[in-house]
Amino acid sequence: MKPAPFSYALPRTLDEALELLHEYGSEARILAGGQSLAAMLNMRLATPKVLIDIAELPELQTISRRCNHVEIGAGVTQAELMAWPELADTQPLLTMILPHVGHYQTRQRGTICGSLAHSDPSSELPLALALLQGEVVLRSKRATRTVAASDFQTALMTTDVGDDEMVVACRFPVADGNRQFGFREITQRHGDFAIVAIAAHSTENGVRLAAGGVADVPAAIDWPRLSDRDLSDALNDFAWQLGGNDDVHATARYRRDLVRRIGRTIALEVIDAPA
Amino acid sequence: MRLLDADSRHTIRFQLNGKAVEGVAAPRMLATDFLREALGATGTHAGCEHGVCGACTIRLDGKAVRACLLYAVQLEGRNVQTVEGLAGHDEELSAMQTAFRKHHALQCGFCTPGILMSLSQLLEEEPGADEARIRDCLSGHICRCTGYHGIVAAALEVFEAHRRSGGESGRERTDV
Amino acid sequence: MSETWVGKSLERVEDESLLRGLGRYADDLAVPAGTLHAAFIRSPVAHGIIRSIKTDNLPDDAVVVTGEDMLQLSRPFISGVKVDAPQYALAVDRVRYIGEPVALVLAANRYLAEDAADLIDVEYEQIPAVVDPEAAASGNAPKLHDGTDSNVLHEREFSYGDPGTAFATAAHVIETKIAYPRNSCTPIEGLNVLAHYLPGDDAYDVTANFQGPYTLHTVMARSLNVPGNRLRLKTPPDSGGSYGVKQAVFTYVVALGIASKIAGRPVKWVEDRLEHLSAATSSTNRVTTLKSAFGNHGKLLALDYDQLEDCGAYLKAPEPATLYRMHGNMTGAYAVEHLKIRNRVVVTNKTPTGLMRGFGGPQIYFPLERLMDLAAAQLGLDPIEIRRRNLVPSSAMPYRTASGALYDSGDYTGSLDRAAKEGGLQALVEKRKEARAAGRLYGIGCAAVVEPSISNMGYITTLLTPQQRERAGPKNGALATATVSFDPSGAITVNASSVPQGQGHRTVLAQVVADQLGVAPKSVVVTSDHDTTKDPWSISSGNYSSRFAGAVAGAAHLAAGRIRDRLARIAAADLNVTPDEVEFANGKVFAKSNPDNALPIVRPAAKAHWSPLSTPEDAGDGLRETEFWNMPELTEPDSEDRINSSGAHGFIFDFCGVEIDPETYEVRIDKYVTMHDAGTLLNPMLANGQIRGGFAHGLGAALLEKLDYGPDGSFITGTFADYLPPTACEIPHLTILHDCSPSPFTPLGAKGLGEGNCMSTPVCIANAVADALGKDIATLPLTRSNIATLMLEDEPAGRSQPQTPASPKATGDGHAMTGQGSTLVPATPEDLWAIMLDESKLAAVIPGCHSVKRTRDNAFSAEVTMGIGPVKGRFKVHMALSDLIEPKSLTLTGGATGPLGSSQGSGYVTLTPEADGTRVDYTYEARISGKVASVGGRMMDGAARTLINQFFARLSRQAGGQPPAQSPWTRLLEWLGLKS
Repeated sequence: MKPAPFSYALPRTLDEALELLHEYGSEARILAGGQSLAAMLNMRLATPKVLIDIAELPELQTISRRCNHVEIGAGVTQAELMAWPELADTQPLLTMILPHVGHYQTRQRGTICGSLAHSDPSSELPLALALLQGEVVLRSKRATRTVAASDFQTALMTTDVGDDEMVVACRFPVADGNRQFGFREITQRHGDFAIVAIAAHSTENGVRLAAGGVADVPAAIDWPRLSDRDLSDALNDFAWQLGGNDDVHATARYRRDLVRRIGRTIALEVIDAPA
Repeated sequence: MRLLDADSRHTIRFQLNGKAVEGVAAPRMLATDFLREALGATGTHAGCEHGVCGACTIRLDGKAVRACLLYAVQLEGRNVQTVEGLAGHDEELSAMQTAFRKHHALQCGFCTPGILMSLSQLLEEEPGADEARIRDCLSGHICRCTGYHGIVAAALEVFEAHRRSGGESGRERTDV
Repeated sequence: MSETWVGKSLERVEDESLLRGLGRYADDLAVPAGTLHAAFIRSPVAHGIIRSIKTDNLPDDAVVVTGEDMLQLSRPFISGVKVDAPQYALAVDRVRYIGEPVALVLAANRYLAEDAADLIDVEYEQIPAVVDPEAAASGNAPKLHDGTDSNVLHEREFSYGDPGTAFATAAHVIETKIAYPRNSCTPIEGLNVLAHYLPGDDAYDVTANFQGPYTLHTVMARSLNVPGNRLRLKTPPDSGGSYGVKQAVFTYVVALGIASKIAGRPVKWVEDRLEHLSAATSSTNRVTTLKSAFGNHGKLLALDYDQLEDCGAYLKAPEPATLYRMHGNMTGAYAVEHLKIRNRVVVTNKTPTGLMRGFGGPQIYFPLERLMDLAAAQLGLDPIEIRRRNLVPSSAMPYRTASGALYDSGDYTGSLDRAAKEGGLQALVEKRKEARAAGRLYGIGCAAVVEPSISNMGYITTLLTPQQRERAGPKNGALATATVSFDPSGAITVNASSVPQGQGHRTVLAQVVADQLGVAPKSVVVTSDHDTTKDPWSISSGNYSSRFAGAVAGAAHLAAGRIRDRLARIAAADLNVTPDEVEFANGKVFAKSNPDNALPIVRPAAKAHWSPLSTPEDAGDGLRETEFWNMPELTEPDSEDRINSSGAHGFIFDFCGVEIDPETYEVRIDKYVTMHDAGTLLNPMLANGQIRGGFAHGLGAALLEKLDYGPDGSFITGTFADYLPPTACEIPHLTILHDCSPSPFTPLGAKGLGEGNCMSTPVCIANAVADALGKDIATLPLTRSNIATLMLEDEPAGRSQPQTPASPKATGDGHAMTGQGSTLVPATPEDLWAIMLDESKLAAVIPGCHSVKRTRDNAFSAEVTMGIGPVKGRFKVHMALSDLIEPKSLTLTGGATGPLGSSQGSGYVTLTPEADGTRVDYTYEARISGKVASVGGRMMDGAARTLINQFFARLSRQAGGQPPAQSPWTRLLEWLGLKS
């Protein structure tokens, strides 16, 4: 289990990185923490010609709170964001999910943006992005653009990132102090990929809830304050819409059932919690 | 910018357990293989090469990370600690190593070096860690021999002793 | 009096090096100059004919070794059953399981070897595979081996006592059927081989992390076509765990040995994790129907086992030993006079099985101990009470079982009662009552198990008829070997052929020898590496069947005793006493009557070397003693097929309380108590370490671990994210209790204890889960999803139809992916039809297509780069169109193969004209095997869907320019309000 040959580029500036990406396009892969990519390289599931290591680029190391969102650079690791003192006040959901992202050891290398770019259907950060309607900032030599969460992840492990583009940052909205957040995931073992992960927050007139691990990408849905019965029906419809697959860990049936049960628990939790 | 060609071998220099080391490697060479083969530091073991089992865990600039998901070229200029650095040649075993022996926290010993590296960071940064936090940290490692009992017992004893002696630093964070 | 060491929890001598990272594992050892490294090319299909192996793309000097070379230079491996189903170290002409080695290629390092492996093009003709053992045993299954009549390679029936009458007259006949799954103990270190063929001697010098049994040395030598003394097999000082698994290295010793012979260079191979999980070995999966006859008061009168053992694609030595290892103790801990057994061994398209901690134990105790619970329920007895009533009484010890085992010692009822009392069973019962009153799912389970150790080398011959055995000659015994020597400085070295895999044999042997010689254990050096050319050994040597404590440590005790007796004679002259008055303690020899009349032990020991003429004649020369110890009780099977299959028998009684989360069906172990009677404990700390390790394996098997296959034989648990060993967060607290009934048959009274919880824990947890749920449990693992499948009732219908119909199957049925979809393409049906039947236009439609060639009418081959996200690979695709109804519908069948894996599938496409184009409806079925399925099983369905969507997006673009507006995915996004 050894990777195929690749060249390794260590740009000193973001512009250098973008220049390389412009030159190599689809033959290059961006390497940040490498916690998913390196495993795929080792198994030769991916065989890029060039790896562009952006982990240490100074432009990408910042966590900055703007007026209504927090922007996280592509070099910021999951552990660094967890340790950011303002996180709980800025976006409580991230405080809830980050301990579930991989393990102690992988979070110290794995980045927030890398997890979004990898777009595993079961991983927690894409789920948070979908629920919170965050954004991803993409840059190429040509331009910078911002992509909404709903447009970013287009299919299984597939994103809207163009061949000459890279994720330079992601943005999560700053939480409204009146919102309640909830998160729970069901895994086989501590730290495994979620069989189902549910995140939700209260809204002005109801709840917004997202599910990961069921469909090919995490999906979020808004509901007004529903009666008990209507909430059950809505969750059932949501579960069926997500569908889910039978795989080695769980049946689609079980996954849908978890959407109904855990979805209900979390939805009620955020709706009923005192502000 | 450094652009290292796939087909050539490149000189890599870094600090390994406090000593300057140097070797050559192609960009694709895994840090595990480089440590073991080029530098003879065979205490770091490869158990899965996909980042799950934790046997290869080393500390990179102080952080416990998977060496099998790192390339040798990424070690350039860094400070790397491996199990060989926990107690010097002529030094006594560290408190954690001693507790591992006392609590029979290892059998075949293959996963042990990685576990020791994770616990060494946790002890430095979070001496207040409780059993749940220690198990959370250990969940990034697979041990097939011990059922983890001795590992947890050893860690609890050392964390407790560390706390009682006031720890080494003022960085205590009991809230994490 | 001297301090004694046996029975003390000494810290391990092994740990100092291991904790410093200074272990000497196989991959840490120096290799000879010029060593080449091997990479294997492995089958991506479960069953197929090898049509060609093309190496044109490789450099001229590359060394490739194939099954053809094996055919020329080696002989097939022998196994316990004489059938025409040969296995070579590399597949010959045909592959029979995913991961089967087909070829190997050598290069200067592993990276380059894998590069070369990717350039080797193997063409397979896939043939139907069979995965399920019952299907494989049925008449119409695809047959794996042409030389056999069916996939059932062995069948024998046994009858002990009078089971016919017992069943006919029984008050109750209770039956259960169990499907025990495959799992593996997965050591963190993989298999390792360094092989060096020495042409001058026509000999092989091999270093491998082999663990025994050394019967396999004969198998390897025979396969390499050399006498045993020309296969020098060395094992490294340290091993990264085995639990039986590393027995599987033996086929690779032959592969690498032959490769070295061909290359003229030493060759090395280190198994990686994917290779290990897919192709190293596995426990057997077994389908058992167990019938029992009970009398009126819960007395178990008779058992009737019908066992169908699945050994995978080949009967790899020592299989079918899993099926026979427990033959003597099939009645478990119970006194049962009448026993009937029907054993069948079947081959399927899965990895060949082999040694695994618990070997054969979980496969019999799962049905037996489930059955005891079912019987208790039916007879209205408490599960513990029904066991109590049937346990072998201590007064009957040593007890001869119906099938011939001789249980050496134990007070089973006493141990059970003590466990229940000291382990707090009553408190659990109270807790269950409270939990149930509160509507919670709480259950209690228990299991009583006899743990055999020290396998009789003759047990496997029970599979032969008495007449066949008569012709073959007897096989029996369990020779154990240990050597103790004093060097000229008077220092002690111990060597034993126990091939430790992490258990701490060096520490325990030092304790044992120290006691005999009155020295401190730390002054005794114990070596752990082994060399068949230089060290004493026999076929039963090795690390298996928990034989260390009973047999090997006993042999060391005896060897040390012999050298002590000789030393006493030497010392007696100097101390001026008779030899029987010489005592050994504190590093000294002294006169019993006058301890001040003493010498350091090194003095008489050195004298034996420096002035042998000055030592008494009856002390002999050379202070080295090798003990070959055997058990007279381990005779060959008798004429009525009774076999004392193991030399010692420990007793285990486990119970546990579990609670099941009603929302997620997570099983939480509330309390687990395990009581062991394994005779004398040589080092209690290490003994408990073995129990905890076995428990962790048993718990993994109960709740998480399964080596899983799709119905097409694709292997889908190739990573540690798919095959799930428990972590520190999954292992609950374990309460360990000990009783001590020393074995009268082993020198130190010790019995094995490292495997027992692999036998007792899976069924103990299953019994508790069954109790909590009120459902029968007939298989493992009890994952949340598998429990959900037992518990969930009819699913509520949704208001809208699901986008991808989910199949109703439970997990484990694998990866026949099916799907359907509909898309609107802005073109007429006729235009679309033209594209789909024109190879030049098709090339533009197929994602990543390099070229398309028409091979015959409506059949194409293509070179395609396909992938999802960063995962990409080049594939050879072949497809054919059939059932053509122009321009309305067609069927597309085909497949793809490449380094990433192999797929086969079919789709049915209909074209319906609509106002603004054509509606394309499709259904598909696809099966994916090989690497991508092994490591990415979690995402295969999504990947297939994504690729098909890519295809239709391109089809639309080719036809009319617009991407499809109505892919299933965009429809879902629209519905969710995410896309307008």
